[in-house]
Amino acid sequence: MPKRTDIEHILVIGSGPIVIGQACEFDYSGTQACRVLRSEGFRVSLINSNPATIMTDPEFADATYIEPLTPAFVEKVIATEAELGRPIDSILATLGGQTALNLAVSLHEAGVLSRYGVELIGADIDAIQRGEDRQKFKDIVRTVGGETPASAVCHTLDEALAFAATVGNKVVIRPSFTMGGLGSGMANSAGEVRVQVSRGLAASPVTEVLVEESVFGWKEFELELMRDRKDNVVVVCSIENIDPMGVHTGDSITVAPAMTLTDREYQHMRDVGIAILREVGVDTGGCNIQFAIDPRSGRLIVIEMNPRVSRSSALASKATGFPIAKIAAKLAVGYTLDEVRNDITQATPASFEPTLDYVVVKIPRFAFEKFPGADPVLTTHMKSVGEAMSIGRNFTEALGKAMRSMETKAAGFWTAPSGQGDFASVEELLGIASVPTDGRLYAVERAMRAGATVDQVAQATGIDPWFIDQIALILEIGEEVSAAVSVTPELLMRAKRHGLSDRQIAALRPELAGEDGVRALRHRAGIRPVFKTVDTCAAEFAAITPYHYSSYDSETEVTAQPDKPKVLILGSGPNRIGQGIEFDYSCVHAVMALREAGYETVMINCNPETVSTDYDTADRLYFEPLTFEDVLEVVHAEQQSGQVAGVICTLGGQTPLGLAQRLKDAGVPVLGTQPEAIDLAEDRGEFGRVLDEAGLLAPKHGTAISFAQAKAAADVIGYPVLVRPSYVLGGRGMEIVYDEAGLASYIAGATEIGPDRPVLVDRFLDDAVEIDVDALYDGIDLYLGGVMEHIEEAGIHSGDSACALPPITLGGSVIDQVRAATLKLAQGIGVRGLMNVQYALSGDVLYVLEANPRASRTVPFVSKATAVPLAKAAARVAVGATVAELRAEGMLPKVGDGGDLPADAPIAVKEAVLPFHRFRTPAGDSIDSILGPEMKSTGEVMGLDRVFGTAFAKSQAAAYGSLPTKGTVFVSIANRDKRAAIFPVKRLHDLGFRILATAGTAQVLRRNGVAAEVVGKFSDGPGNIVEEILAGRVDLVLNTPFGSPGNSGPRVDGYEIRTAAVQAGIPCLTTVQAAAAAVQGIEELARDEVGVQSLQGHHLALNAWREGR
Amino acid sequence: MSKALLVLEDGRTFTGEQYGAAGETSGEAVFNTGMTGYQETLTDPSYHRQIVVQTAPHIGNTGINDEDDESSRIWVSGYVVRDPARRVSNWRSRRSLDDELGLQGIVGISAIDTRALTRHLRERGAMRCIISSADLEVESLLSKVRAVPQMAGADLTGDVSTPEPYTVTATGETRFTVAALDYGIKTMTPRRMAERGITTHVLPASSTAERILATGADAVFLSNGPGDPATADTAVGVVRELLGAQIPVFGICFGNQLLGRAFGFGTYKLRYGHRGLNQPVQDRLTGKVEVTAHNHGFAVDAPTEGSTETDFGAVEVSHIGLNDNVVEGLRALDVPAFSVQYHPEAAAGPHDAAYLFDRFVDLLDVRRGAAREKI
Repeated sequence: MPKRTDIEHILVIGSGPIVIGQACEFDYSGTQACRVLRSEGFRVSLINSNPATIMTDPEFADATYIEPLTPAFVEKVIATEAELGRPIDSILATLGGQTALNLAVSLHEAGVLSRYGVELIGADIDAIQRGEDRQKFKDIVRTVGGETPASAVCHTLDEALAFAATVGNKVVIRPSFTMGGLGSGMANSAGEVRVQVSRGLAASPVTEVLVEESVFGWKEFELELMRDRKDNVVVVCSIENIDPMGVHTGDSITVAPAMTLTDREYQHMRDVGIAILREVGVDTGGCNIQFAIDPRSGRLIVIEMNPRVSRSSALASKATGFPIAKIAAKLAVGYTLDEVRNDITQATPASFEPTLDYVVVKIPRFAFEKFPGADPVLTTHMKSVGEAMSIGRNFTEALGKAMRSMETKAAGFWTAPSGQGDFASVEELLGIASVPTDGRLYAVERAMRAGATVDQVAQATGIDPWFIDQIALILEIGEEVSAAVSVTPELLMRAKRHGLSDRQIAALRPELAGEDGVRALRHRAGIRPVFKTVDTCAAEFAAITPYHYSSYDSETEVTAQPDKPKVLILGSGPNRIGQGIEFDYSCVHAVMALREAGYETVMINCNPETVSTDYDTADRLYFEPLTFEDVLEVVHAEQQSGQVAGVICTLGGQTPLGLAQRLKDAGVPVLGTQPEAIDLAEDRGEFGRVLDEAGLLAPKHGTAISFAQAKAAADVIGYPVLVRPSYVLGGRGMEIVYDEAGLASYIAGATEIGPDRPVLVDRFLDDAVEIDVDALYDGIDLYLGGVMEHIEEAGIHSGDSACALPPITLGGSVIDQVRAATLKLAQGIGVRGLMNVQYALSGDVLYVLEANPRASRTVPFVSKATAVPLAKAAARVAVGATVAELRAEGMLPKVGDGGDLPADAPIAVKEAVLPFHRFRTPAGDSIDSILGPEMKSTGEVMGLDRVFGTAFAKSQAAAYGSLPTKGTVFVSIANRDKRAAIFPVKRLHDLGFRILATAGTAQVLRRNGVAAEVVGKFSDGPGNIVEEILAGRVDLVLNTPFGSPGNSGPRVDGYEIRTAAVQAGIPCLTTVQAAAAAVQGIEELARDEVGVQSLQGHHLALNAWREGR
Repeated sequence: MSKALLVLEDGRTFTGEQYGAAGETSGEAVFNTGMTGYQETLTDPSYHRQIVVQTAPHIGNTGINDEDDESSRIWVSGYVVRDPARRVSNWRSRRSLDDELGLQGIVGISAIDTRALTRHLRERGAMRCIISSADLEVESLLSKVRAVPQMAGADLTGDVSTPEPYTVTATGETRFTVAALDYGIKTMTPRRMAERGITTHVLPASSTAERILATGADAVFLSNGPGDPATADTAVGVVRELLGAQIPVFGICFGNQLLGRAFGFGTYKLRYGHRGLNQPVQDRLTGKVEVTAHNHGFAVDAPTEGSTETDFGAVEVSHIGLNDNVVEGLRALDVPAFSVQYHPEAAAGPHDAAYLFDRFVDLLDVRRGAAREKI
């Protein structure tokens, strides 16, 4: 069946901001979908609120709407496109995660689809509901002869308690219509049932939970399936979870293909999966089905299905070379699997099942260090923020690579002190290993080192003994390496074949002079990895696409590439807080720009969620850990096969930046900003000298390696001070301390402090406006990419605060000052490429807070807001182009820069999205949602509109839900803000809002003619505002924090209020500027005059203005 | 771990570790891309005289159980794997694969670059191969491997066929009886028929048409099996007699090749064959694609478009392999006969093609109905 000709214009719905449970895998799938649909000749419109994605780049769709993912805004997009004479006739919602799927259901229910005659392609409403509705799904499984756990759908606590009692109170609770397992939990007693069910009912938008018989401890498997219109079905991949049932699959270490199934068991699973897919009626596209198998009897239970592309399908695509989203998009527009070609072989069709001759391991990346107090025990509720995948020719090799891809303190066994439990008994260590946590593999290793047997560990952990035995194998080899008289080439090869890194071997053999010594020994013995190809077919057919992974095997498959010079781009590894999709965006842009400039592009990365690890992105892809050893071997392989111009380390965030110096020392040409310049910016003393020479000011600061030194520094600087370890990204370990006691407790709590690891003590500028700048420097000219003004209070990490571009309150003279300062910094540091600078404007004095000579988190936001592809330009500068040349060829504007935008330029507002609601303390309470100098947000959204007010309103709608146009507002304002807050609050009152306020604020408001009702503070006890918010009786919160010493008093009140607002899902404004902005936005919303404009339209207008200058 | 060598007839050599039984073995090196089902593969008589290279690196993880054997013994002449399991984990497992290979004297090699070997076989074609842990001299092994008989021209059905007839009775009531010619039949095939109410009389490959028809069976089944179909002139003659007798015939794999030859088509050796569980085959009747289990080194040479007039009327290619357009099934339009080159019994492999057994039963139903009408 060929392509459908009855549809012309497809709206693709994206997944919005990166949150836990829904990350950049949907940028990968959405980008693929847009590419495919356009190449098939369809007009593609896209709606997604996330500016950091590749998919929202203007070149991937005909019309890109960076607008909130709400039914109202989708309708506006549909209406606008219709008015423009290009009506949307179909919507593809199966590639944008649960967000897009839920939105599709809402659009259907609101009658929007029928009103505009828009068809849902991929999966229809009935199929979505059959897959998502727990009871319907169970009925389907039973219809096709599959088994499901005993269960009941409950809408009240009493119903749930009654059912749970019938299965011994060992139950799982899963709320309906949530993603990433939000609100899920398990219970082993009636008391636990009560707690978990209450939480689940609250998390479900339809107040519905499924309570079911527990299958915890069983083996867990997943199948990724695809179906076309002719009812052809293929299984793309089987995935086995190492962690048994009870840990969310997103938090589990997983392996592909399944390792411990006989063919009969596998085929039974396949039969059941296919029958379910047909019965649910997903017309075309991908789906994911989860299964549990009782290891004692082989009984197979179906757990759930996602009738859409998922995180697992991104993993399966990267694991097999079968691009699920791309093919799903083709199937959605009418093709059948046999009509779609297998990209990798270019000769065989896609109507087959990939077969692997390697092993893939995925390990989740957590961020518990960012959320002190959060319960680190893994449950059915997803908590990880990212993941790394690795490919090896056997499990041990893949596991070793995945463990060192994590970029945590330990990079595989023996590479870090094992901490707790070194002297504990086998029983105690087994006890530790029995609890699923991040780093459980290390606990397994400790237990086995202490003498636990494979069976004991398997028993304690529920992990299949085959996997435990593989870990035992690694440990045996470790012991061999330790015990050998000398490390012979044979032993070295054996260790490498089982995934031991040079660093691990060095840890076992201290006399080998570290990792470098091991590498030298290895290279002398001629032991280097070869590079194999992911080819979907286990070498049955020749592979055209160079998608490689390393292995210590005998034959390499890297072909000679004599034609063009090659540039290697280092990606950013697993997503974590502070380093995510924004860096992938820059890397992908570099690939695009360099390819166009005539280079062969080579990508190295280990994050399966990303666009950068799509084999369609770079000319050549190496799916490898971003460690020095692994990168160096790729460089070597590429040098053997052609001419390497160099490596770009400055676009993938801190990960590649940290490798730059060592690569350069090893003789690898590092392109763009040199590692010495990076050091200059990161070393406090050196950077101070740069500032002095440039005549720029920094807040008073000091460096300390002891409490005494820190105290002395703080006494000179004056409290409050900002304290942090040197060399951090995302503000890790950063805090504001208000007094000596606070300083003492920080130093005592600092994990490591010493001569090599000093603590920095800075003056904290309480009253300053923070300014973020991205700029490009080629050694001659500076191009100021954009100037962003923070909306949030000073002292909040730039990644967590909202900002506006162009800046809303900064005058031309300040911008000129910023431009001049940035040029001096770029010159002083020696930047050749992108640089991000954070300034604080206090009074009329500009302070330099920080300069990072690399692509920053804000590059995609700035690029989209100003219509200038900064990362592409940076990549070109790295290979020698000048700003003048780039201006001449049109990549940069001919005149002017990003600090120089038309007076009527639309305002872009970036807002951060925070994950607090996903974490709980071990006791089940909410964790403290304090924002501060340490970054905690997982993602961001952008609001773009003619004026700041509406742009801000859109950003809030995209991040937290729409601003209300009526209802109740709670107001609590710091004294210094009271005067400025009167007008916006009065305006809200005039618009008909009921005003609640704390006593002090209410008094001021009443004197100004606003009838405010007094409500108690959180610290006032019962009946307080936090309870009101949680009860859903407040629609908007306006709370500006007080700068107060210590951890009690007004600041805490503010945080409690903020946490409550986040939990209740209502907007919470923390600055008067934000409040004023919100009022403007509310007025516009109330008049229903908020429109939408495509990014392409915005860029067209900007460029026309530039042309006319 | 003692050392072992694998030497191909073109001189390419791999050094690995002894696996399974110690000693020396030779045969035709072929690769199998299945990720599951090694127990079924090892015991499939079609692999007689072949050294099987598993492309999946981890083999033996689920051990050996008492249910999944496809015949009474392991048939492969040698076994090549990368990472044999040290530990077995499966609730049905009775013993380890290593033990089983040792017990049955199957010589193997492990810890070699199986992907490099597979790529070599893909590019140069399936070829003779020797594995030894006894003789570690490459030159000596090379001269030995060059003396091994070629697979082309090999008549192997006699080696694998049952010497005596036996019967597999239908599950429940017997609706039909089928005479199955054992050229190397797999256990699952009569079982798939039994599930559909067929009692199968399995007969030696050397059975004459007279002997076959004397069973009074409703139909004849031609099984899979090893060797070059071009050598099976006697069997082809028998099939022609059966076709002439208008008895329904269903063939699988080797059976497809015999039927093809009976219709007058030729057969040829594929460069490296189809061996795996993921092969896309299109049923030309429905246009649907099925993912199927394959194990064949030879194929039927028939025109893939339109139908061909044969001694038994018109015959058309009913199934086609989508990877390389190889003939994967034949259907006679004038006599009740059809066959497929692949494995609908699917042990190991996906069950997508199980409908072919239903088609077989439907054919028998229709004939019975027609016969009743005549009476």
